[in-house]
Parts: sequence; C-alpha cells; structure tokens
Amino acid sequence: MTGTVVLAADAVTGGEVVAFWILGPIALAGSIGMVLSRNAIHSALWLVLTMMCLGAFYFIQQAPFLGAVQIIVYTGAIMILFLFVLMLVGRDYSDSIVETLRGQRVAAIVLGVGFAGVIGGLIGNATAGVESAGLAEANAEGGNVTEIARLLFTDYLLAFELTSALLITAAVGAMILAHIEREPGSRLGQKEQAIARVKGPRPQTLPGPGVFARGDSVAQPALLPDGSIAEDSRATGLDMRESPAIAAGTIDRGEDITVDSGANRDGVTNR
Amino acid sequence: MSPTYYLVLAAILFTIGAVGVLVRRNAIVVFMCIELMLNSVNLSLVTFSRINGSLDGQIMAFFVMVVAAAEAVVGLAIIMSIYRTRRSASVDDANLLKY
Repeated sequence: MTGTVVLAADAVTGGEVVAFWILGPIALAGSIGMVLSRNAIHSALWLVLTMMCLGAFYFIQQAPFLGAVQIIVYTGAIMILFLFVLMLVGRDYSDSIVETLRGQRVAAIVLGVGFAGVIGGLIGNATAGVESAGLAEANAEGGNVTEIARLLFTDYLLAFELTSALLITAAVGAMILAHIEREPGSRLGQKEQAIARVKGPRPQTLPGPGVFARGDSVAQPALLPDGSIAEDSRATGLDMRESPAIAAGTIDRGEDITVDSGANRDGVTNR
Repeated sequence: MSPTYYLVLAAILFTIGAVGVLVRRNAIVVFMCIELMLNSVNLSLVTFSRINGSLDGQIMAFFVMVVAAAEAVVGLAIIMSIYRTRRSASVDDANLLKY
C-alpha cells in the first residue's frame, strides 16, 4: 500500500469538514461561555457542551471507545460530581468581581491571546503538510475496542495496574477529606430529638411559606391571622417576595378571600 | 483539509482553559478550566494517534482521563473541606499558607 493510497483513505472528507466546522465553533463557544459566565452552574453546563463536542470529535476521528468514555465518564460522571459539589457549596457559587492583583485579568487575557497565537501558529506550521496515516489499519483486527484492550493489557499493563493504585488512593483520600469527625454519641437520635422538641419553645412545625398568603410560591411568607407576616415562615437563602399591600398590612382578611378566588389578582401576583 | 485543524482547535481550547485558571476566582470554576485543559490535550492526543496510524495516542488519552477523574475527586473533596472551614469557595480566601 503506497503512501498516497493511505492518504486518500484518510483524507478529511466532506462530511467530516462540515462536522468540524459545526462542532468546532460550538466547542469554542462552550469554553468561552464557561470562562465568562458569572454563575458557576452555568459554567458547568457550558463545559458539558464543550465536552460533548469533543466526544463527537473522538467518534469522527476513529476513536469510538474514547468517544463513549468521554461522554459517559466526563459529561456523565465528572460534571455531575462538579454539579453536586456546587449544590453543596450553595449560594457562594457566584464569582467575586474584586480584582486582587491590579490589571491581572487584562494581562491574563493578553497573554492568553498571545499564547494561542504562538502555539496555534507553531502547530499549524509544523503539521501543515503532514500526511495522516489513519487508523483503518490499526482498527482492522477486531475493531477499536479490541485493539485498545489488547494494548492496555500487554504493552501498557504496568501503567494500567498503577492506575488501580491511583484510583483507590483517590477514593480513600476523598473519603478522608470529606469525612466529618464526630464524637461517638454526640449525635442526637430520634428519641432525643423528639424530647428536645416537645420541651422546647415550639413543639409544632414551622409554618410553611405561602400557605396563608396570596400565592403558593415558596418565596412568599405565610401570613398570621392579623395579616402580619409570620417570620418563622421565611425560607432561608431566598429573597422573599411580598406584595406591597401585604407588607403594608392594609389588606383585611375578607379582601384576601375574594382575591384568592381568582377574581382579581392585579397587584398581588408575584413580582 | 488535514487533521491539523483539530490540533489548532485543541491549542485554542487549552489557552482558554489557562486564561480561565488565571482569571476566575471561584475554586470550582478554576477546576473546570483545568478539566478543559486536560480535554484539549486529549483531543490533540487522539488526533496525533490518527496522524501516526497507531493506537498509542488513544491509550494515553485514556490514561489522562483516568488521572483526571482521580484528580477531580480529590480536588473537589479538598474544595469541600476548605469550604467547610472558611465558608467560602474563593481561591482568594484560602490564604493561610502565606503567613
């Protein structure tokens, strides 16, 4: 088989070009969106988009095993782990705008553009006329997965075994880091909690938000019979939305009932 | 068109990840930027594997994924424990080692 035949067999053909020019910009947009979005959850979702595009690239480039692993492990497991941690960390996930070092962001962006230009130009020049050999031959016997498995358990066996040590260390380390040490017996059981609650100042449950108010949103505080707001019903971590009339206490209960029948909701719907 | 385009795309993605590490203050977002850098290197490894006609590049990309998974688990656990003690996930607040 001559070189030209191999090249012709692995030239980047029409469909792949189209796929590249569609998925490439999407991947770029995902990564830029990840860096730019203020909310960390939006960042994670943008990154998922980029990773999906990269998985598609792996499929296109005759690496179906890696493409599947990319989508299952990266977007399916690692990014979900990120989202879990974001939810655990809670309200703190938005970024601070304060610049600790003056001009650091501008310098970073300028350096980044320069770095991208240099490394992109270098790679482009160095590999411009390169002839792609293609993986048709390497994937020929038994397919991609079989060949990767053969390599993994022959040539790369030592690295593969070391990987197991790495993974068990990571799992144990994560358990140790995330573990909260408690004194044995310091945790209250159901019985102790029930006794403490009955002996405490409030044996009943807290009023739910929105129960006696005019909306059923969790952001609406419950109203007491005199029309004032039940402070205990305010949800933590939420900006409560009160309609001005309720906040001013100018509405009597009779009016409340007519509004709740749905006849006139102007001015009392959630902002 | 040659597979070079994939390499250039990988370089640009790597740069965006590096800039994100420098610019962002939230430790979890910094972590995501590191993941993006690892991913872009994976793309270049897969492309090199295709150019050279051997599967070694794909094996290396596979090992990068394994290391990235372990790194994500440990790193996120560290972020969690820092958040527990300092009530913040910002990299600016974890400054005790300075003094």
